[in-house]
This record gives sequence, C-alpha cells and structure tokens, in this order.
Amino acid sequence: MQSEYVLQIKDVSKSFSGVKVLNSVCLNVRPGTVHSLMGENGAGKSTLMKCLFGIYKQDEGEFHLTGQQYNFTDPKHALENGVSMVHQELNQVTKRTITDNIWLGRYPKKRGFVDEKKMLADTIELFNRLNIHLDPKTRLDKLSVSQKQMVEIAKAVSYDAKIIVLDEPTSSLTDNEVKLLFTIIGVLKEQGVSIIYISHKMDEIFRISDEVTVLRDGNYIGTDKIENLTMEKIVNMMVGRDLEERFPPKTNIPGDVHMSVKNLTTKYPPIVHNVTFDLHRGEILGVAGLVGAGRTEMVEALFGARTRSSGEILIDGKKINNSSPQKAISNRFALLTEERRETGIYPVADITFNSTISNVQSYKNRAGFLIDRKMREDTDKQIKNMRIRTPNRRAKIRSLSGGNQQKVIIGRWLLTNPDILLLDEPTRGIDVGAKFEIYQLIINLAMSGKSVIVVSSEMPELLGITNRILVMSNGFISGIVTTDETSQAEIFNLSAKFLNNNREAEV
Amino acid sequence: MIKAVGKFFSKTSDEWKELIINNAIYIVIFSIIIFIIANEPQFVSIAVFRNILTQSSVRLILAFGVAGIIILQGTDLSLGRSVGFAAVISASLLQRPEYAARFYPEMAQLPLFVPILIAIFVCAFFSAINGWVVAKFQIHPFLATMGMMITLYGILSIYFASGAPGPQPIGGFDVRYTELVIGSTLGIPNLVIFAAVASVLVWILWNKTVFGKNMYAVGGNPEAAKVSGVNVMRTTILVYILAGALYGVGGYLEAARIGSANNGTGFGYELDAIAACVVGGISFSGGIGKVSGAIAGVLMFTIISYGMTFMGMDMNYQYILKGVIIVAAVALDTKKYLKKS
Repeated sequence: MQSEYVLQIKDVSKSFSGVKVLNSVCLNVRPGTVHSLMGENGAGKSTLMKCLFGIYKQDEGEFHLTGQQYNFTDPKHALENGVSMVHQELNQVTKRTITDNIWLGRYPKKRGFVDEKKMLADTIELFNRLNIHLDPKTRLDKLSVSQKQMVEIAKAVSYDAKIIVLDEPTSSLTDNEVKLLFTIIGVLKEQGVSIIYISHKMDEIFRISDEVTVLRDGNYIGTDKIENLTMEKIVNMMVGRDLEERFPPKTNIPGDVHMSVKNLTTKYPPIVHNVTFDLHRGEILGVAGLVGAGRTEMVEALFGARTRSSGEILIDGKKINNSSPQKAISNRFALLTEERRETGIYPVADITFNSTISNVQSYKNRAGFLIDRKMREDTDKQIKNMRIRTPNRRAKIRSLSGGNQQKVIIGRWLLTNPDILLLDEPTRGIDVGAKFEIYQLIINLAMSGKSVIVVSSEMPELLGITNRILVMSNGFISGIVTTDETSQAEIFNLSAKFLNNNREAEV
Repeated sequence: MIKAVGKFFSKTSDEWKELIINNAIYIVIFSIIIFIIANEPQFVSIAVFRNILTQSSVRLILAFGVAGIIILQGTDLSLGRSVGFAAVISASLLQRPEYAARFYPEMAQLPLFVPILIAIFVCAFFSAINGWVVAKFQIHPFLATMGMMITLYGILSIYFASGAPGPQPIGGFDVRYTELVIGSTLGIPNLVIFAAVASVLVWILWNKTVFGKNMYAVGGNPEAAKVSGVNVMRTTILVYILAGALYGVGGYLEAARIGSANNGTGFGYELDAIAACVVGGISFSGGIGKVSGAIAGVLMFTIISYGMTFMGMDMNYQYILKGVIIVAAVALDTKKYLKKS
C-alpha cells in the first residue's frame, strides 16, 4: 500500500529509569519536503531521532517507511533503508580523504582490490549532482566544519537516502555557508528526498520548512503547514504557558551591587562580546540563551578559565584580576561546571575526597600533612546540611544518583567559602524531586548573602528561581529582564535577537 | 620543472615550518649520515650500505607487524616472545641431519617452507587471540599483550626444554636454511629481498584492499567505522593475524641470521619495533601511518647504531641518543596533529 507519507512515526513513547521522555509522539513526513522538528532543549527531539535510528529502543509505538513498518536495529540498518542522519558532532575519520569517508563500509572492489577509480568517479558524480565543489582527495582535517558537513550530507545521499535528518546543521556555519547548505537542501528536495530539520533558528525555519512539528517536555504538541504559522504561534507551542508548582518560594532579598562586570570580551572563539552587568548581593541572576550563545563561555571567562581580551571585574567597587581559576578561587569565586561527569567528579573516589579536593590546602597541618579528622568532619557536615542521600562518606561518588552527585559538588565549592557562585546547568540530568532540593539550596545560599549566577537551558527553571535574567544571543547580551515582569516569549525573542547577525565578526 | 623549483623556494615561513616538521625524520637521518661521514669518510661504501640494509631487514618485517596494531591505537608487547617462539620452532625443525645434539634426532630433512608455515601459523594463532581479547573485552592492548608476552614465554620455554638434548641453544642448522637466509642472489642479500617483498605486500594490503582501508578507519575513529557498517571486531583480529604472520617470518629469518635460537631469542624486540614505528610517524593516536614511515624509522635506528659503532663510539652513548630521539619524535608527532584540532 502506498502511503502519502514517506515516514510515519506513530505514538512513540520512551522512558529512562521511570522518567517519561517521550509520550505518544507522532511525526509524519511527506516526500520531497522539509519538515522542521522544534522544541526546547530537552523536549525529546534527539531521543525521538535516536529511537528512529535504533540507537534506543522505543517502549511503545511504531515507525513506518512508505507504509511499511520498520524497526531499525542500528544506524547502518537505517542507512541501508534510505534513512540517514547528519549528526551535530560529525562522526568521521578525519585523517582519511573525502572519498574514503564517503564509501567507508562499502568500498567497491575489483579483483580483490579496492577500486579507487570507481570510488573517485562516483564521488565526483555525487558532488556534481549536489553542486559541491571540493576535491575528493582532500583529507578531512583540512576542511572547515561546513565542508565536513557537506561531505556528510553527500554520504547520506550516496546511500540513496529518502529521508535525511539534519540536527542543528547551521550551528557552526557562517551566513554564506548556510546559503550553500540551503541550496543543497533545495536540490535534494527536487530529487524527492525529504529532510527532517532540527533547529532553534526561527528565520531558518521560515525560510526552508514546508511543515513544522513541535514537541514540548516529551509531548507531541502539533503539526502545521508553515503558511499557517507565525513565530509567536510556534513559540507558544514550544514553551507553553503554565508554570507548575515546581519551585520553592523565592525568599532571598537582593541587596546593593556586589560584582560589576564591564566590557568583558574573550580572546579566543567562541567569543563573547562586551559583557556588562551588575550582580547584587544575595541575588540569583539567571543566564538564558540557546545552545552556542556563549553562556558557558561567559561564566568561564568570569572564573578565569577562558582568556579575556578586555574588560574588568569589580567586587564591591574594587577591581580584581581573575586571570586563572586559582586566582578566582582566592577571590572567593566558585564554578560548578556544566559537564559534571566529565569535569566535575572523580567517579571512583569517595565522597570525602570529592568534597574536600578543591580545598585540600586548608587541611594541612604545620608539617604539611593533611589532617584526616578535619576532612571527615567537614564532609559529614556537608552530607547533613545538604541532605545528601548516601550510606556514609566512604561511598564512591559514582554510586550516588545524579542529584546527589551534584549536591556533593556544590558542597565541595561551599567548603571553599565562596561569595560568588557560578552554576552552569546545575540541574541537568537530575530528577524533579532532586531539582527542588537544589533550588531550595540555591535560594538558601542567596539568603545567606552569597550572590549566585545560574546558567540554564530550562526556561521554567530560570523563571522559577531567579530574580533577574540575563539573556545571551550569539555571544552578545541581548537584554537583562526582571523575572517577575517577563514572559517566556520575551526571553525567546531576546535569545534569537542576534542570530545570523554579526556572524562574520566572530571569525 | 623550473616552476616547481620556484614554488619550492617561494614558501612562507609557516610553510617552511610545516615542511620541516612533516619531514623531520628524513632531515634527522640525513644529518646523522652527514655527521658520521664527516667523522669517518670510509662510511660511504657499498659494504656499509649492504650491512645497514641487511641489519634492518628482520627489524623492518617485525615493525610492519606491530605498525598495523599501532594504527589501531594499540601496541603489542608479545612481539619479542612471538619472534622467539618462531625462531625456536624453525631452528628445531631445520638442523643438519649429521648434527650431534638434534632437537628431533629421528626427523628426516624437511622442505624449507614447512617450518616457516608452521611458525607463521603458530604466531598468527596467538596474535589472533590477542586481537580477539582486545576487540571482545575492550581490554587495553598494553595489558592484553603483556599477558600474552608472559604466557608465550612459558609455552615457548616448555617447548624449548622438550627437545632431545634438553634446554640448550639450538644450533647446527641445515645449510640450505642458512644459505636461504644469509646468502645473496645476484649480489643482493636474501634478507634484503625478503624485506623488500614484505614491504610491497604490506603496502598493497594497507593501501589497496578493503581490509587496509578499514584498518585506517577503525584506528582513526572506531565509532565512525562502526556506524558505517565496518566489522570492527573482524578488522581488529585480521590486523593482529597479519602481525602474527609477520612475526613468524621474522622469527624464521632471525634464527638463521643469528645461527642459533633459544627461549631468550627475540626478548625486547618489541620495543625496538615500536620505537621505529613511532619515530617513522606511525602515531599512537591511531589512524595514521605509512609503509615508508616504518622503513625510515627502522633505517634510522640501524644507521645510528651501526654508524656510532663504526665511529667507535661507546655503546652507552648510543642508548642515550636513541632514548632522546624517541621522545623527541613523539613530541614532534603530537605537535603535528595538535595544531589542526
């Protein structure tokens, strides 16, 4: 039976350790169209695509290709059936040539040897078809990101793909490169290929989409033709309007100015430009923005982990120099990193080690040896104060849940007695109950006179616990709003303010 | 031609820097040769040239074996014991019939190709186990092959002690065997011919077959190879089998070259082979390496030890120089790839 859709995703659900991340999601893609898939970070877009490619197995639901049911077991299986994906982080063998990469896994053979001539000819033909101008013999590490992406798209096409998923393809492209990408997408459409396009950039969505499907918190919100949609409509679908009772009351009262940041600009890309703002004592300042807006880079620059080209930081009106994380720590800053598993914890060490490691200098006695007793006492105190759920302080940190790991790391920084806390995605990957406790902890810290900056991709979280929100867009501050007077739509608009503007400035 | 020369001399300083870094090994070899010749002009002779090539031959065959494994981001510590095993097997099967202390006193004279096939088979078998363990259990090759190194020494020593005369060095080789290995054909040492044939075969395998391309892909980015449908497990085991086969050939040649074999033969050879590969630009980060690199690496070490001995320099200074060169080569190699990421 021929279907009017090339791909139908029917009522797919998926849970991870009891948390439902996809709830009866549907997606119907017509042949030869660009179908945009939209939603905030964590809405379930990537999970859905991973289910499609067999990287995850869905709990419920079905995938249909031109009317026939399929369940791919791995990406290779999907590829062979005409479904391919160009990942955000490209999976390529960069030390080999373009040709080698495109035909990897299916090199043509002639009398037992690889048929280089055929490979080269096929690549040239493929590139002509797609209007790509690259020498197929170039090694991949000589190419720019966008060129690598072209190669990856060409590879997808070479499998006779009927459906190509592009995941945030323009996040590292310049304006001209985006134009080139869109030209190629146009060529593909003419040839009957369907594109599933994942992006946060509204203008792109309106430039190339035929249809848009929106997800929010793992739920299917709706699908419509682009002609029937406006930016406001899409934003409303994406963010919703209800804010549940997921946050403790904001009982902190911001005081006078604690830290002033003036014209902070980073030296190396990704660059943040001219960051200027004040942080008040006891205030919780949120930082909003899309992936790649420079939020992490900004807090890293404040912490001295990123080289500055200009700008200054004043604490209580006095200029300080955070030229390295060590200096920042001695100026009583603390940074909780975004990728806590990679850069925050020592997984095989116990809680005592993980709690005291940043402050280990202060446990030395006169002879220079560490005093175990003091370290044990401090750790026990943190476990009690922060209600870390663990059998005892000797447990290995990796045996704790994500939320409790996060508490240990916050505790570690509190032992250094910081005044200014920089928290980058403090609740990423932890469950709702643990989030509430972390929120309470943050508010308690602010009440005790510490000033907190919270970087978050979750809009409700920012609206729920901050006093003000600083919005970043493409490396610039696009606005600072008072939390109680703003809306999700306003923040979303500010986040998109500088997209595709000044792009060349950062190169 | 003139244009090309013009282009060569019109490079910017950055291009020069890159050219020097990318060809550092050749520049170093060249400088060493100049240095030696400046001190000992007699160094320029056909005899010296012959000796250097002959002494490099077995090392080169072994280096090719471990090179494939290094391209897979691995390493092989069992190389030396494997070579020793192949040497002892070959020696025990190819003694003169009239020799007094024969390993197998009653055995008839075997055709020369039989022992080499047995040596290849045995070494390939044990190396395949290495490959399987590494691919299946994701054990770091350093540890997997270290286990194999120790295990092999045990097996090798048991076999060595099992001969009729007990555990004593096996000598008294069949003249045909000795002649095949250390003789010459048309003035070219047979060892050099063996090495040349191995170079051509390995070059073809690495560059012209699906197996070779898959090896580079798995070494360069295992994840990418997997999602493109490359059988990573099969490729890994094949690379180890090829390595084992080359060790088998190396051991067969080595016994005849030295003139005897015992259970200590080959000990430490892995470090020489690995060092030659690394100096020749076969990167420990995987996915990179050329046949010409292995050749250059092996030649460089032979030239150093032969040349320094030729000049009458103390052996101990050679060690110092060798050690420094290895680390410097790796530092340079790392730099080459750092700037691009």
